[in-house]
Amino acid sequence: MTTLAPKAPGRKKRSSQALAGWLFSLPFVTVFAVFFAWPILWSLFMSLTDMTSRDLRTPFNVELVGLDNFAAVLSDPVFWRSLGNTGVVVLVAVPAVLVIALFLAVALNRGIRRGKGFFRTVYYVPVVTSIVAIAVVWKFLFADNGTVNAMLATIGIDGPAWLADTFWALPTIILLVIWRLFGLVMVLFLAGLQAIPQDVHEAARVDGAGSWRRLVSITVPMLVPTILLASVLMTVFIVQVFEEPFVITQGGPLNSTQSAVMYIYDEFGFGQYGTAAAASYILFLVIGLLSLIQFRVLRSRT
Amino acid sequence: MIDTPPQVAPRSDAVVPDPSSRRRRGRSPSESRGPVATTAIYVALVLGTIVTLSPLVWNVLSSFKPSGEILLAQSWWPETFTLENFSQLLSGGEFPRYFFNSVVVSVAIVLGNILLCSAVGYALAKLRFPGRGIVFGAVLVTFMVPSLVLFVPQFVTVASLNLTNTYGGLILPLIITPLGVFVMRQFISQLPDELLEAARIDGSGEARLFFRIILPLCGPAVATVGILSFVMSWNNLLWPLVVAQTSDMYTLPVALTTISQAEGSVAYGPLLAGSLLTILPIIVVFVFFQRYFIAGIASTGIK
Repeated sequence: MTTLAPKAPGRKKRSSQALAGWLFSLPFVTVFAVFFAWPILWSLFMSLTDMTSRDLRTPFNVELVGLDNFAAVLSDPVFWRSLGNTGVVVLVAVPAVLVIALFLAVALNRGIRRGKGFFRTVYYVPVVTSIVAIAVVWKFLFADNGTVNAMLATIGIDGPAWLADTFWALPTIILLVIWRLFGLVMVLFLAGLQAIPQDVHEAARVDGAGSWRRLVSITVPMLVPTILLASVLMTVFIVQVFEEPFVITQGGPLNSTQSAVMYIYDEFGFGQYGTAAAASYILFLVIGLLSLIQFRVLRSRT
Repeated sequence: MIDTPPQVAPRSDAVVPDPSSRRRRGRSPSESRGPVATTAIYVALVLGTIVTLSPLVWNVLSSFKPSGEILLAQSWWPETFTLENFSQLLSGGEFPRYFFNSVVVSVAIVLGNILLCSAVGYALAKLRFPGRGIVFGAVLVTFMVPSLVLFVPQFVTVASLNLTNTYGGLILPLIITPLGVFVMRQFISQLPDELLEAARIDGSGEARLFFRIILPLCGPAVATVGILSFVMSWNNLLWPLVVAQTSDMYTLPVALTTISQAEGSVAYGPLLAGSLLTILPIIVVFVFFQRYFIAGIASTGIK
């Protein structure tokens, strides 16, 4: 009795903690199961069936078609065009965002004394701004007779019909992608820069290293973990580029700005759920592979 | 000197500089650099500011122009200043409805995230229960799988629950976000255990503990989670585009997209006024809660 008495409340406490733990986790577990785990499993099934929008009421009354959907997606030239466009956006926008962000972060961290807070705020504004609203503005700015061409005309340049031009439409979209994201990466870099001990800089300066030399030999190498993280985040994010081309060009002209997620959305819009699910899985694999490669490459350099 | 981004979690490592390095940093920058270089940096930063803000400035100025003048693109400044676009937008038509929908959806998502993320965050940080590892694993997986490739099966799920074209369908899948769980868990795990032990000895139940002791201490983390989820839901396009099927359920981004894609018949003035009114609330929130935005980003970066 006397030996059991102190144990009993302990066990009771533990079991009440377990109960509380489950209760507090319940909302997350429910949302996770219903809107995440279940859809992922279901979409694997879906990608192997001929499900269309007409089957929405009876989603299991569908035919298994094996890998036909994957074959259909992989043999669709529009899919490859979408993937190619997405690749171009990633290859141009990710390095551009990283370089601009690095320059700004270094300038704000050590280059100037006054106005740091002001510039940081200003450069962060695009990150929070509604992308759809700005995409609407972009459409006006880069119209054939829009503001950008009017400004170019004043310095004697006859600008192209940006968004109606199969070559210039994609770069115009990429510009918006960069505009939207550089501030985010700049803030990541600022946090990373502040973790670099000042003493290292001081020592290098005493040894006669100039500011450029210190940037290349100290700041960038010590920032590699942050750069790695930022490049993976940006790649994963930009591979899913959707709003910019969807609002501004709807993928045109002639699919020149169609992105991979837009392709999925279109298949979904046509009611081809099986094909859309298959395309989603392919894109998911591409994203996973890209992150893996980036980790490997950037890791091996350190 | 740049003010150090406020930490979401009271961390102990090197982000907050110690007083000695603060002193040294105070004099170092301009010593090694001449006035020419400093001026060049300022010029670049100011040019960057102009480029960054010009689309927004253009939007503000153009929404006060008559529709005809917008298309002529003569000057940035309105030659004829008019409030017609705004009165047209706010009087007739469905714009107030879109705005209302956006507010309802965003407020629900923000409140849901604050309450539910902190609940799981608390459980993961301070409670011992069988299955905790699995729950945390689930959070990690949700964080890593890109959400955009999930919308097709998510839509079919929502449809099978009869939630398409309802607020429930717009809100529920986003009511708890893995990033929010991370932020809350990280913050709560830094709170001292003694606090909880003392309250438990006094006989407080876990629910009381959470609402009376933990939540009131989570101010900064709650602000961060609230703001991140507000930006996410206010600006979200794809999910509401898929779920909202009649225009009375459109949120602002869906409405702007639909209107701007309807070539030819578009009233440009009201469209740009609508775009401005979509941006404005988020800018206001940003200006007031800036430091929490940046703290949120920094905490995702240096986990």
